[in-house]
Amino acid sequence: MTSATFPPSPPENTSWSRYFGFNTDAKVIGIQYIVTAFFFFLIGGLLAMIIRGELITPAADLVDRTVYNGIYTMHGTIMLFLFIFPVLNGLNNLLIPTMIGAPDMAFPRLNAVAFWLVPIFGALLIGSFFVPGGPAYSGWWSYPPVSTQNPLGHFINGQGLWITAVALSGVSSIMGALNFVTTILRMRAPGMGFFRMPVFCWTALAAQSLQLIGLPALTGGAVMLLMDLSFGTSFYQPEGGGDPVLYQHFFWFYSHPAVYVIILPVFGIFSELFPVYSRKPLFGYVYVCLASFIIVALGLVVWVHHMFPSGVAQWMRNFFMFSTMLIAVPTGVKVFAWLGTIWRGKLRLTTPMLFCLGGLFNFVFAGITGIMLATVPVDIHVSNTYFVVGHFHYVIYGAAVMGIFAAIYHWFPKFIGRMPYEGLGKVHFLFTFVGANLNFLPMHPLGLMGMPRRVSSYDPEFAFWNVLASLGAFLLGVSIIPFLLNMVSSWVRGPKAPHNPWNAIGLEWLLPSPPPEDNFGEHVPTVIARPYGYGTGEPLVEHQAEIENQLTLQEASA
Amino acid sequence: MTATPHLNTEHPKHNLTGFIIFLCSESVIFLAFFSGFALLKTAALNWLPPGVEGLEWRTPLLNTVVLISSSGTIWLAERCMSKGNLMGFRAFWLLTMALGAYFLYGQALEWSGLQFGLTSGVFGGTFYLLTGFHGLHVATGVFLMGLMLVKSFIPQNYAGGEQGVQATSLFWHFVDVIWIILFVLIYVWQRS
Repeated sequence: MTSATFPPSPPENTSWSRYFGFNTDAKVIGIQYIVTAFFFFLIGGLLAMIIRGELITPAADLVDRTVYNGIYTMHGTIMLFLFIFPVLNGLNNLLIPTMIGAPDMAFPRLNAVAFWLVPIFGALLIGSFFVPGGPAYSGWWSYPPVSTQNPLGHFINGQGLWITAVALSGVSSIMGALNFVTTILRMRAPGMGFFRMPVFCWTALAAQSLQLIGLPALTGGAVMLLMDLSFGTSFYQPEGGGDPVLYQHFFWFYSHPAVYVIILPVFGIFSELFPVYSRKPLFGYVYVCLASFIIVALGLVVWVHHMFPSGVAQWMRNFFMFSTMLIAVPTGVKVFAWLGTIWRGKLRLTTPMLFCLGGLFNFVFAGITGIMLATVPVDIHVSNTYFVVGHFHYVIYGAAVMGIFAAIYHWFPKFIGRMPYEGLGKVHFLFTFVGANLNFLPMHPLGLMGMPRRVSSYDPEFAFWNVLASLGAFLLGVSIIPFLLNMVSSWVRGPKAPHNPWNAIGLEWLLPSPPPEDNFGEHVPTVIARPYGYGTGEPLVEHQAEIENQLTLQEASA
Repeated sequence: MTATPHLNTEHPKHNLTGFIIFLCSESVIFLAFFSGFALLKTAALNWLPPGVEGLEWRTPLLNTVVLISSSGTIWLAERCMSKGNLMGFRAFWLLTMALGAYFLYGQALEWSGLQFGLTSGVFGGTFYLLTGFHGLHVATGVFLMGLMLVKSFIPQNYAGGEQGVQATSLFWHFVDVIWIILFVLIYVWQRS
């Protein structure tokens, strides 16, 4: 390797127009995914504001009851299929090729097609607000028989559009998963064996394997649901010999692992960021990597815990209660590894680190309520109450979304080439952390008291906690303002980012900020050590000092 | 736009890896349909709709023989290809396509003679869903084979073309295995 040709020069074309077309560069697609996801995040968030606005008083006085049903259904669907999955695929697109030293994804065109399906099914889903009868109203899990009702008799109806959109989302995600798995398996830098791979790539591999195994089952189940709704079959209709519980099996066989698809990459983000901001190697690297795949294996056999009250056999309840509790073990391994990493480290409380710490705190809380919910008697007691809503919002907003914000602040300088503002970032963190806890903590006492989910009016005895939750939700709504302000203003006129502003170790930090289109091109450095060698002074790749000198010189001359 | 070519990407080996991963994922849809079928059938009180005696098995059995032999002919075609015998490859490839097309014809023949429809309870629904979804795969396989056959007439195409042949052949074996499971589930396991 000659360091004269390395590092590659920064990209020349930075025109805005490439973000609006069919582009096959993973870094462009990554940003397309993330920006699109946040567009839908605002829509889903607006719906959440309407929900909490309705629930601030016991009476159903803000929106009509049927409209309310459509709103919570669309809130859940948009947040999962149009926000969380696309935003994570965006991070995968940005991080996987640069972290493993690949020039692009294995199938760049397939990658672009997978992205462009997102706005298409997004438009279908949002469009369902404008069809006669309004959007789907059967909740984000769309159980039959509610989801197979078509009272107005239109062939194009909200529920039909919902199923089509979810099936298209599945196609898009399978295309993405195929691409990510092939890229990680076949395009790693020389010297990067599996046990030299960053944990984010391990967790991405684990999560995307789950997509490949789980999604086809949901797609199959959704096809059958659509046929019941629109073509008169009776797969899920007891009067035709069908079984509504069969749909629940299909749905949760995917949608429980979907939680791990969401949280595993966030575990990856925690594992990347805690070492950087604690200046210590990741504690128990090998165990953290392996725990991801134990979570995958166990995550595939826990789905019936969503169906304890659905009339499943007692042996199933026992088995799935046990397997669900077992999953706390590999998850606990990870939590202890992060604590071991932070322990006596030189902590730097930057915005990404604050989001990680907050996310970890919320995750542990969600884990505790998760174990409670795994217990059959507790689950049956709080089934369909706000306890469940509180639990999964702690997981998804409290842990996953906060981890995603951490990742955005951490890797923003790398892929945009400018530094985000710390002050605005910390305000964003404070509002998010306080808002999330104020919003979702009161849901637990509400659930234990017996307040059912998916209702727009409730008994006045629930009013106190609901007012608190609504105030928290409005704070969360406000919290997005400093974030958007930060992103837009730092993208436009933030200070230029050096190649490694956080003193982090990893292949992506040996590239200019932003990296050129083909990343390292032909000059991929040879990896000679495990990641996270903080405080050890060991280089990660051959000729590391030369590469870094070159990058610094390049920045000085720019 | 920087004119740097995508270097390691679009590597033909990745295509085969990606295709194998896709087939694994695709098999889960069939697994879902099969387990749904088994669950509905074992739980059913009256599996057969009124007036239906059961399924006739002669046409499907002939179809099964045709499809299994087509797996053999596609293997022969691949062997010819690896030995550089292009004409032999085309001959066996075309024969495989013909067998695939015959299977589809036999399926259509069977469907047209049936006493029940898609909406005849779970029995009709699952029957048409499973055979229809599988038939769609057979049609896709025949289409892919046609594509590869056309490609074999483009000179100097074998750098990337052979990967396509391998993938198509793999897909065809997959469709074959799925049919055997389907045949056992639907036609052999008639009593509930």
